Amino acid sequence: MSETKAFQPDPQYLVQVRGLKEYFPISTGFTQTTMLKAVDDVSFDIKKGETLGLVGESGCGKTTVGRTMLHLYKPTAGEIWFGGKKIEKGPVMTEFRKKAQLVFQDPYSSLNPRMTVGDIIAEPIDVHKLCANKKERSERIQALLTMVGLSSEHATRYAHEFSGGQRQRIGIARALASNPAFIVCDEPVSALDVSIQAQVLNMLEDLQKQLGLTYLFIAHDLSVVKHISDRIAVMYLGRMVELASSNELHHNPLHPYTISLLSAIPAPDPDKAKQQKRIVLKGDIPSPLHAPSGCPFRTRCSRCTAICAQVNPEFLEVSPKHFVACHNL
Amino acid sequence: MQHLLEVKDLQTTFFTPSGEVKAVGGISFNLDKGKVLGIVGESGSGKSVTAYSILQILTHPGRIVGGSVKFHGKELIGIPEDEMRKVRGNQISIIFQDPMTSLNPVYTIGNQLMEAIILHTNRNHEQAKERAIEMLRLVGINEPEKRIHQYAYELSGGMRQRVMIAMALACEPDILIADEPTTALDVTIQAQILELMIDLQKKLGMAIIMITHDLGVIANMCDEVVVMYAGRICERGTAPEIFYRPRHEYTRGLLRSIPNIENDDKTRLIPIAGTPVDLLNLPKGCPFAPRCERAMKVCLSEFPAEYWVAQDHIASCWVNVLENIGAPLEALGGQDAAKGIKTGGEEAAQ
Repeated sequence: MSETKAFQPDPQYLVQVRGLKEYFPISTGFTQTTMLKAVDDVSFDIKKGETLGLVGESGCGKTTVGRTMLHLYKPTAGEIWFGGKKIEKGPVMTEFRKKAQLVFQDPYSSLNPRMTVGDIIAEPIDVHKLCANKKERSERIQALLTMVGLSSEHATRYAHEFSGGQRQRIGIARALASNPAFIVCDEPVSALDVSIQAQVLNMLEDLQKQLGLTYLFIAHDLSVVKHISDRIAVMYLGRMVELASSNELHHNPLHPYTISLLSAIPAPDPDKAKQQKRIVLKGDIPSPLHAPSGCPFRTRCSRCTAICAQVNPEFLEVSPKHFVACHNL
Repeated sequence: MQHLLEVKDLQTTFFTPSGEVKAVGGISFNLDKGKVLGIVGESGSGKSVTAYSILQILTHPGRIVGGSVKFHGKELIGIPEDEMRKVRGNQISIIFQDPMTSLNPVYTIGNQLMEAIILHTNRNHEQAKERAIEMLRLVGINEPEKRIHQYAYELSGGMRQRVMIAMALACEPDILIADEPTTALDVTIQAQILELMIDLQKKLGMAIIMITHDLGVIANMCDEVVVMYAGRICERGTAPEIFYRPRHEYTRGLLRSIPNIENDDKTRLIPIAGTPVDLLNLPKGCPFAPRCERAMKVCLSEFPAEYWVAQDHIASCWVNVLENIGAPLEALGGQDAAKGIKTGGEEAAQ
């Protein structure tokens, strides 16, 4: 691991992740435990003010990447660098907790039903003691509510009085409360209806421009991710298989999994749908507890050869800023 | 011409403690043999309740309060329960959204498959088992002889949905209602299931009612589309009509608000303003009027009638009436009169 020791943070990147691993012990018998490799050796960088999209199917580890990055789970291995500093216990962590926030997927279970909306939004303020007095605190709540398109009288109401889209706005206001630089958006729109989804996506884009935010945008819907992201990373069974700018990934996907993922999206256009050639993958996603040897995708891959079962392909830059992990390109 | 399924002015209300919720407020549509009809709408628009009303599997406090559902020309509403039971699962069957909870966890999947077969056909236990294996093979499950002895928890989400489809098709229904069959599944698994459904539809020739909120699924599967909002039908017609020449502001808004993956420059999405309507306090006129950009005075006070706006395209919107587009549904030669209508609205096709 001499390479990681020599790691020097690059100032153009706000977040740099190197060799991130997150293993969960799962009891598989009376005395046995097996390691579930939810995230296995993932490295990537996010520029300041950029949106990195993270896509993959359920169980591929995309949420775990987001949460481990924020140190909500203790990483099994790997380093997270934020603003040129390595995140570890101590004052760096306290500062990091303020500067990096999370927007949750489910706007119904992520808001405390016993707290008023004002208290929910002010929780980061209270935890980090960001406001000197009550007046300042309530002014800050009002400002945050306006920022996400809610009105100030909403502060005294409870979460159950709001619709899904409004609740997601509350969740976003809470994430903004501590003036963060970086926000992990974990499927922020997948629980919302289409017409509301567009409202929230537009708001996230506006806030990014206004406040200079950096996003990690996690979602399973590729068309949403393509819309909002500058670059997209594709994950499969705990590993990153492809990373490129969003247009490059759409027009020139290289990994067989990305290709089939793109072709599986049903086009909302009857004529195009008729011409669309779907590459339907055979079989299901293997259980991460019994991940295949070598390349994790080989059991469903059409290009699979002998080497795929033996060696896990390296994540290499095949053309400028386009990374792929595949033996048979 | 007699339609396979004729729904007319169907009304379903939930009598909740806080008031009457008109989940379905008088909708009409037809389904012909071998066609795929899509019902699209957001949550709470009444699309699932429509399906449950057709099959009469509404749970308390929901009740059908009016209208008619004719199947093969025979009225289904008001017939005795034991007669309805012969239709349900036999001639009209349903696949539910969540394959995780709609299979019984304490019975083997073979047991559950055979239950439907024995109930609706004259097959004995052995023959039913054969049929169950045959059905599992049809939906692409490998080693069906082994699988019929397994329980739902041993199968993945996609496999469970295949079992649900096998169960629904075991009695060769005339109509298959699919209530968000792929919403709980991943995209690659969704592609598998949609492919399977298109395949089986061609092979067995049944009609499908596809309920979904995903316009992509609709575009891929459906011949005809019904767009619902707040328990009412905004417009209905053939898929190209609805996608390329929408004649209702809600449909236009929906089509505009989905991000297009083909779009490389980051154009802003155009969302539909406001929030979905509260079904407990439905507005007097058109339920979409409070969110509609082109709402007029009349929209707030009266519900627009259904108008032919083109051949094979019916819309309920006052804007069309005002612009003299279309002919009233009940007018003489409605559909034929609609032939001559100039179609506009191409701008929303993109």
